[in-house]
Parts: sequence; C-alpha cells; structure tokens
Amino acid sequence: MKLPSPSSAEAVVAVSGLGRRFGDKTALDNVSVFIPRGSVLGLVGENGAGKTTLIKHLLGMLKPQTGSVRLFGLEPVADPVGVLSRVGYLSERRDLPGWMRVDEFMRYTQAFYPNWDEAYAETLRKQFQLDPKQRISTLSQGQTAKAGLLAALAYRPDLLILDEPSSGLDPVVRRDILEAIIRIVAEEGRTVLFSSHLLDEVERIADQVVMLQRGRVVLNGRTDDVRGGHISAVLAFAQPQTATPLIEGAHAVDGFGTEWRVLFAGPKSALAAVAAEIGASVVEERTPSLDEILVARAGGKGS
Amino acid sequence: MQLRISIDGGAPIYQQIVEQVKRLIAGGRLQPGSDIPPIRVLAEQLRINPNTVARAYLELQREGVIVTRQGSGTVVAESKPTMSRKEKLKILARTADVLLTDASHLDVPLEDVLALVRERDTVLHPEASR
Repeated sequence: MKLPSPSSAEAVVAVSGLGRRFGDKTALDNVSVFIPRGSVLGLVGENGAGKTTLIKHLLGMLKPQTGSVRLFGLEPVADPVGVLSRVGYLSERRDLPGWMRVDEFMRYTQAFYPNWDEAYAETLRKQFQLDPKQRISTLSQGQTAKAGLLAALAYRPDLLILDEPSSGLDPVVRRDILEAIIRIVAEEGRTVLFSSHLLDEVERIADQVVMLQRGRVVLNGRTDDVRGGHISAVLAFAQPQTATPLIEGAHAVDGFGTEWRVLFAGPKSALAAVAAEIGASVVEERTPSLDEILVARAGGKGS
Repeated sequence: MQLRISIDGGAPIYQQIVEQVKRLIAGGRLQPGSDIPPIRVLAEQLRINPNTVARAYLELQREGVIVTRQGSGTVVAESKPTMSRKEKLKILARTADVLLTDASHLDVPLEDVLALVRERDTVLHPEASR
C-alpha cells in the first residue's frame, strides 16, 4: 500500500491545512489528512478533539475557514450533489425518521440515490435481521445502527464515513457492523473513514490512523508504523526515585522506587541514550498496542 | 486453517498471520497443496482489514510458502519451503528471552538452565533421547 501523500492523485480525501474556530475556541488547527483509494482510516481522539468537526467539513456541512477540503478532487461545499452522491455516511446520533417502518425508510432513502441497489439493500436487511414492517422508533439501539448502516451502504458509495459506528452497542452488534465494514473494504476500491473510541477495532481494520488532540493532528501514519514508532519500556534506576523522573520523549511515566514504566516515542537507540543520560537502564521493552499509545498521549503532559 | 490474532501489543497483525501460517505448515497441520482461504473470507473470520490479509499473503507468496493460481485459488506450495534455521531460531529466541529473564530474576545460573532444558527434553520426548 502506498503511503498517503498530498501529491497522490489517488487520494479520495485530501484535507490540507484545515483550520476552524468556533468563537474563540479553536476546533481544528492546520489539519492535513489524505486517504488513498481502497484504504481504511481510523480517526481517534478524545471527545471534543475535533473528529466530528472534521467529518462535517468532509460532508460540506461546514465551510473551511482556512485550508482546503477535497473529496474525489471536488469541493464538498461547492458541489454537494457531486460529492454526497458518492459518500455513505452514518452519523453518531443516527437520527432516522422514527415514524417510518423499515421498508418505508428504505424506499424513502432510495429516492435520494440513483445508484441505490435494491437487491443489495434487501441482502443487507436480511443479513442485519431487520423486520421490514417494524417502526424505526421501536428498533433497539443496535438495530437502529444497522438500519443507518444499511442506508449508508445500499448505493455502494465510493467513500464510507462512519462517525462512532459502534459506540454504545453490544459486542454482537459491533461484530456484525465490523464485518459489514470489512466486506465493503474487500470490494474493489472502497475507501472508509471511521472514528472510534474502540482502539482494538481501529487496530484491526485501519490501514492508517490519525489522532486528533485539541484540534491538531498529533499522530498520522500507517497503523503498524505508529505502533512500531513507540516503545513500552521499564526503566530501572540504581537508586529509588522520590519524584517522577523527567524522561525526554516519554508520554507517560508511571512507577515507584527504582522501576518506572514509560511510553516512549522513538527508536530503541534513542530510548537507550535517554535512559543512559539519566542513569537508568532499560530492563523491559515491547511494542505497545494502539490503546496504550493513545491513552498515554492523551493523558500525557509530554511533547 | 485456524489463526488467532492478538491485539494487545506485540507483532503487527500481518506478521502474526505470516508466522502462524508457516507454523501450521511446519507442524504438518497445513499440507502442501491444501487450500488457503480467500482474502475476504479470512478477513471476515478474523475481523481484520482485508488489506492486512493481502499484505500477509503477498509476503507468503514472495517467500514461496503459498502459491496463487488463476482460477483455482491459493494453496500451500508443493515444494515445502521450510522455515530457514535462522527464522526458526528467531521465533525460539523470544521464548528463550523469557526463560533467561526469569532465570536471572530467580538467580539460577545458566548451566542450571541448560541442564533443565535437557532434562525437560527427555521428559517430553522420551523416545528421541537415548
């Protein structure tokens, strides 16, 4: 897989230097994200980090104050029809018309999309075990999410945008939704952007991870590279440390006495050098999970 | 072919697939000529990105472990390209590191560890030792 870059003509999503303020609050600050065709991007970060604001720009619901947003080379604000007809979107709030029955909702959504694939919609409905006669308002949370996903998938969009697709759902429904996403990616050329709090899901299905923190991109890279660029290590000091040791490049330092666990961003050689400088030795090291990295970086006072 | 993916830190997912397929072949559970599941089937089963499975298969093909033939899917290569000695030792090195770390914490000297390994071998493989 190619590394996404601004020059990549294959970029389905190209966000450059995007900035957005709400009053005196900076929501997005110089955000650049590129998603090549056929790849899956996991967007992570704490609540309020700017994930939904970024997604709203992709959908043309917000106009960039600075920088630019392009989907398929088009500007979503200038050409909403051209862009949105090729995008499937599942919102975090999943606000579906509750008074409609499932079959009515399907026909209603179909009217907006000339590419709606009726047979595929029916396959998805059966797969998701949705009763066509049931009212949307009486569906469980999991079924509502599936109905929303059905509506986002049935016209076979080139780009699928999912805002917290599995938040608040039980493990069985989460698995169904995850499998549906995997099937979409397996189809040639489908591109997916999803935001999630569930880092194990991101690690399983994202080719590329972008982490936002207070509106800025703090991590952006291939999932394996992001993990490989960090070390979870234990440093041992000859003497017990009475205060938390200051360790350059470490995002979380936790421990007691002579042994301290750190989450270090950088190569092994750099960690060894930093440890040597403060009179410690590395007694344990391994590649951390995405979850460990993001928790450490979100909670960290680090660089 | 049943694989298990762990996501609590450690090797990248594609590497876990490569390694486990090689182990299944080395252990005889995957015979030469037997079918390897299509990319999307394995991706759905393991609930991982199909691109990751594709990357693992590409690596396995490059090493001659599996072969893809037009129309007949992907199979384990006939000429059993066994893991190189170096590769096998690399896998064992991790277990050895754990053993040696424990031994050092327990203050057990290396000679005793080596003796223990030999002793355990006669217990586990009585027919092989004389």
